[in-house]
Amino acid sequence: MAGDAPQPDPHLQRPDLPPWQQPDSVGIVQTQYHTFAEPPHPMPLDSGATLGPITLAYETYGQLDETRSNAIFICHALSGDAHVAGYHSTDDHRPGWWDAMVGPGKAFDTTRYFVICANCIAGCSGSTGPASIHPATGRRYARDFPVVTLADMVRAYKALADHLGARKLLAITGGSMGGMQVLEWSIMYPDAVHAIIPIATPARLTAQGIAFNVVGRQAILDDPHYNGGNYYDGPPPNTGLAIARMLGHITYLSDDSMREKFGRQLRDREDLSYDFGVDFEVESYLQHQGQAFTERFDANSYLYITRAVDYFDLAGKYGSLADAFARARARVLLISFTSDWLYPPTQAKEIVSALRANGLHFAYCEVPTRYGHDAFLLEKDTLTRVISDFLALEYSRALRPEAP
Amino acid sequence: MPPTASPLRPDLLRIAELIEPGTRVLDLGCGSGELLRYLEDTRGVTARGIEIEPTRVMDCVAKGLSVCQGDIDEGVLDYSDNHFDYVVLSQTLHLVSRPRLVVREMLRVGRHGIVSIPNFGYWPIRLALLLRGRLPRLGCFKRPWYDTPTGHVMTLNDFRHFCRNNGIAIESQRRVASPGFLAEHRARLFPNLFAQLGIYLVTRAAPAPTP
Repeated sequence: MAGDAPQPDPHLQRPDLPPWQQPDSVGIVQTQYHTFAEPPHPMPLDSGATLGPITLAYETYGQLDETRSNAIFICHALSGDAHVAGYHSTDDHRPGWWDAMVGPGKAFDTTRYFVICANCIAGCSGSTGPASIHPATGRRYARDFPVVTLADMVRAYKALADHLGARKLLAITGGSMGGMQVLEWSIMYPDAVHAIIPIATPARLTAQGIAFNVVGRQAILDDPHYNGGNYYDGPPPNTGLAIARMLGHITYLSDDSMREKFGRQLRDREDLSYDFGVDFEVESYLQHQGQAFTERFDANSYLYITRAVDYFDLAGKYGSLADAFARARARVLLISFTSDWLYPPTQAKEIVSALRANGLHFAYCEVPTRYGHDAFLLEKDTLTRVISDFLALEYSRALRPEAP
Repeated sequence: MPPTASPLRPDLLRIAELIEPGTRVLDLGCGSGELLRYLEDTRGVTARGIEIEPTRVMDCVAKGLSVCQGDIDEGVLDYSDNHFDYVVLSQTLHLVSRPRLVVREMLRVGRHGIVSIPNFGYWPIRLALLLRGRLPRLGCFKRPWYDTPTGHVMTLNDFRHFCRNNGIAIESQRRVASPGFLAEHRARLFPNLFAQLGIYLVTRAAPAPTP
């Protein structure tokens, strides 16, 4: 970059500085809110119902350039939120969920690109969801919240991107559920995006994928505290939500990564207990993950979001997968991970076939890894390399007016 | 991206010479994408690549190429018949486990195939076998037999024989000789002895006229 002032090397870590002052950190950031679809213009949903007003919690990093061609929208996964990078305060010990990828000099380089991330509708991290107040009743929506789809979530994201002045995005990216939204987006608004980077995603949820969601939901629905979804004035169904999360975590790992991480190691003990307490490391890990999740996630949101994922089926929606991508115009960088058994490379290859059938310009990378589905959060070096190269070229293409 | 005019390997340059501008090209085993980048820059082709090695796939992405990570040995390419004008197998055929299937698929999805093969009939190889009774270590056969991806060895004559028996017509051929006294000249006169590498432009032979 031809900067006027000498820029500090973003790759140089400074041990003397706190994390939020590191040269490659976006620093202290604030969540912002945008409300739209207010009466009398609620947003129509796939189900036929409507939703409005809608508030989206979002964060942005970097600056939109003069030609408005450097905006990148990041779609979060099932349990994610708008806080993708940086810290909320100087007391904050945990950076955003994809901090390794977003910041100065990182894959999504905030000195070059304007990065947007928002919490999806039906979420519970600031956006309108089942825990929000229903304007008609003055009480929480709970189960009166309409069932939404990933396409509905994308419609809301698109409204936010337009509001922020990014009518045509340089790129949309996301892993897992975020990747599904990326695919939906490229088909719903083909002219509003230059390139997409779907990561660790299928083009439809398989029976196995739905099955895991079913068990997670059943654990919540059968929790004695669930109370038909009206638990906001009492104890929440945390047992069910924790079980759902534990199951989810198993699907995010791989046999190899669990062997490596836990093996059969015992937790703070020498011998088996011959009881049902926490004997194994893996037991302790899952319990901790389940417990921690209940402190930040709403059980109703978990139901609604997993339902939206269940309904994701591009082939079913458009007749066939090839027909689905017939409308798409974006240039594609598709990434899968070898040990991901939740959304394995074989499912990514179905997308490849559809991209081929439509003559789209795409690159497909199958990253060798032992991390399983979680690799999209962990394979930082590989992702950084391939994504920054791809984005740099696509940005220069997008700036050329004659570029198709 | 401005085309970086890096010099192309001589054998890839010969392949490039066989390709008409503005056509659709698929490179099977495209490596880091040198040939495809060159063809897009200088010939204005629509280039597609398939490569098995992840780091090379990323090299291709860095060159802005449309490349798919995959194993051409898995068989059927999910492209329709005659989707491409040219399908290239550049020093790849001897590495695949099912060469006949790969060639058949190549000539199904492409109107022309371009195959380059290292020549096992090259004279220093023959000499080493004759005198020492051992496999030589040169050119594409540098690595010992137990530690090489090479699955098949063939001479240029073997390949021509293969084409004849499999309904494949050779439209044009080039050869790469090692530098040396009258090397080009000798390789043209006696390719199976003096060429290190043979390059063939092939197509499906017209079916024999039924009497």
